Amino acid sequence: MPQLEIKDLHVSIGEKQIVKGLSLTVRSGEVHAIMGPNGTGKSTLAKAVAGHPSFTITSGDVLLDGKSILAMQPDERARAGLFLAFQYPSEIPGVSIANFLRAAVQARLGEGEELDATAYYKRLYSKMDMLQIDRKFTSRAINDGFSGGEKKRCEILQMAMLEPKFALMDETDSGLDIDALRIVADGVNALRSTNLGVLMITHYQRLLSYIVPDHVHVMWDGRIVKSGDKSLALELEAKGYDWVKNELVPA
Amino acid sequence: MSSTVTETLSATGSFTPEVFAAHLASVSHLPAWWLDRKREAWDRFNRLPLPKRTDEFWRFATLSGLRLDGFSLPGSVPAGSLGHSPIGIIKSGKLVFANNRLVASEPISAELAKQGVIFETLQNALLHHGDLVKAHLLAHAPKLGSEKFTALHTALLNDGAFIYLPKGVELADPLAVFHYAASPGAAVFPHTLVIAEQNARATVVDFFRSADAGTHFACGRNDLIASHGAQLTYVAAQTWSRDTLSFQSNSTVARRDARVTSLNLHLGGRQSRHESHSQLAAPGAHSEMLALTVAHGSQEFDQRTLQIHQAPHTSSNLLYKNALLQQAKTIFSGLIVVDPDAQKTDAYQSNRNLMLSEEAEANSLPGLEIQANDVRCTHGATSSRIDPEQEFYLQARGIAKEAADELLIFGFFEEVLSKLDHQTLHDSLRDLIKVKIKHPPAS
Repeated sequence: MPQLEIKDLHVSIGEKQIVKGLSLTVRSGEVHAIMGPNGTGKSTLAKAVAGHPSFTITSGDVLLDGKSILAMQPDERARAGLFLAFQYPSEIPGVSIANFLRAAVQARLGEGEELDATAYYKRLYSKMDMLQIDRKFTSRAINDGFSGGEKKRCEILQMAMLEPKFALMDETDSGLDIDALRIVADGVNALRSTNLGVLMITHYQRLLSYIVPDHVHVMWDGRIVKSGDKSLALELEAKGYDWVKNELVPA
Repeated sequence: MSSTVTETLSATGSFTPEVFAAHLASVSHLPAWWLDRKREAWDRFNRLPLPKRTDEFWRFATLSGLRLDGFSLPGSVPAGSLGHSPIGIIKSGKLVFANNRLVASEPISAELAKQGVIFETLQNALLHHGDLVKAHLLAHAPKLGSEKFTALHTALLNDGAFIYLPKGVELADPLAVFHYAASPGAAVFPHTLVIAEQNARATVVDFFRSADAGTHFACGRNDLIASHGAQLTYVAAQTWSRDTLSFQSNSTVARRDARVTSLNLHLGGRQSRHESHSQLAAPGAHSEMLALTVAHGSQEFDQRTLQIHQAPHTSSNLLYKNALLQQAKTIFSGLIVVDPDAQKTDAYQSNRNLMLSEEAEANSLPGLEIQANDVRCTHGATSSRIDPEQEFYLQARGIAKEAADELLIFGFFEEVLSKLDHQTLHDSLRDLIKVKIKHPPAS
């Protein structure tokens, strides 16, 4: 069964170590949630796994289907089946969603293989309908002038189109009102399948009421300090992060 | 840079008195006034020096590249030898010039001809519409530094396109003119003259192309005259060979309530100088001056512009965007001039450079010369690099770095390309840009 294995991962920005030995395995079909306060290294973990050039992996490994992805460029990792849903998606004026997604789909075809435009648009429109995205959206520039909710729906649309094996979802609930959150969560739930593993990063328990995880991990100061099932999220919600600080972090 | 030897370039190079005499003999059937103008221009070409280091109009330009030797007025070539790849645009008519002569054409419809539209060669127009040509051909000389080369153009101009759009006529699709340099060492002198009468609407496209990868010399010019209420769109797509030395100058006159949009796409050439001069001659006139450049290898693109507001309530908007790769160099020098009585002028000028290489060089010299007191004029120049976050975002979707950068270049250009509303024209320009990005000339 395909799996994403993060093994004793250490990540730095410049001289500063942010992730300090984190191990985690996500199997296809599972949804894992990583919870933790701001500044604990959750987003760094997601971006480093996706291959962001600002982060240096100083030790440890990330394996996709048993193969290390650390020597791969970000685009190779994506084509290998990894997807990062950004907390703050880039705004790219002048590049339409339609052209962008087409380039992304085209990038997954073999040399000399042509994209079937009719089938592409048919699939795109059905995913847009599912996410309640207006079709006029496709001619708009990527995230340019989008509301918070539109940006996050656009991320899920990309995920739906690219059908990754593993998705890293970085604070997907941030900046969403309750209606937008519901639409985004419905979208993610619709994509849940035995072929997809999800690692959800979140600050709040709120998202987990909509996307119910199989496993919950609490992250503190660059490490996972406790793992459990969905009840851990509720316990954390009830007891607060002080509980983590005072009882879970080894002195 | 590698050579420290200073050599003096010949001020006339291959363009000897014998060359001019032979040319003049070949056009002796044309009107006397035109031949007189050619003789005057020939004298001017010989009198004027090559640009000098101290010349403000040539600041930053590589003067050692302005070598006029090694060229000749080429013989005729059959149309079949051009490998003429028709660009996929839907058009109202087409003229194809190669080595300064008409080699192929697709006439305008009988309907348009009946309405009085004229789309023919300049030589025919000189013979049959002499007064019109006399009034407008090379009537406004841009004074942006290339006077010597404009003189050479006038002296050696053999043929070009003549477009006359009578009052109120509207063309749905562009008129396309192809200008080829089609043999090694060919010197070509392309010209397109467009006269749009009252409320006429049309789009004209010049394609400048080389039929081979040889060394060419191009010295072209176009005149655009937009009368009262006319709406004229002019597009020039320059894809000369990698070894071409090119001078191109554009003169636009916009009369009352006329609206002229010009878009110059610069892709080819070794060293390309482009001058564009827009005259806002009467109230309500508007000029939209646009340019896109993809500069690769050791290419140099030198663009000089002038927006002259001569009447009140006129507006102009200039947006020149350059994408620079490898060791390429661009120069933008723009001036907005507002005459004393041109109150309520609204003029804008912007040069934006996208630097895709540490070694590329973009020079920008924006300028204002305002003599009226109630005007709005702004100008600005910026250079920026590819945003690494944008690049990562695209890569994180599986798009390789080169393809991501291509998308970002198109994103950067879209602000200009989106101003063209003719779909197949828009698409054909995108295709030319795509080919340039994918197959950069070897440096």
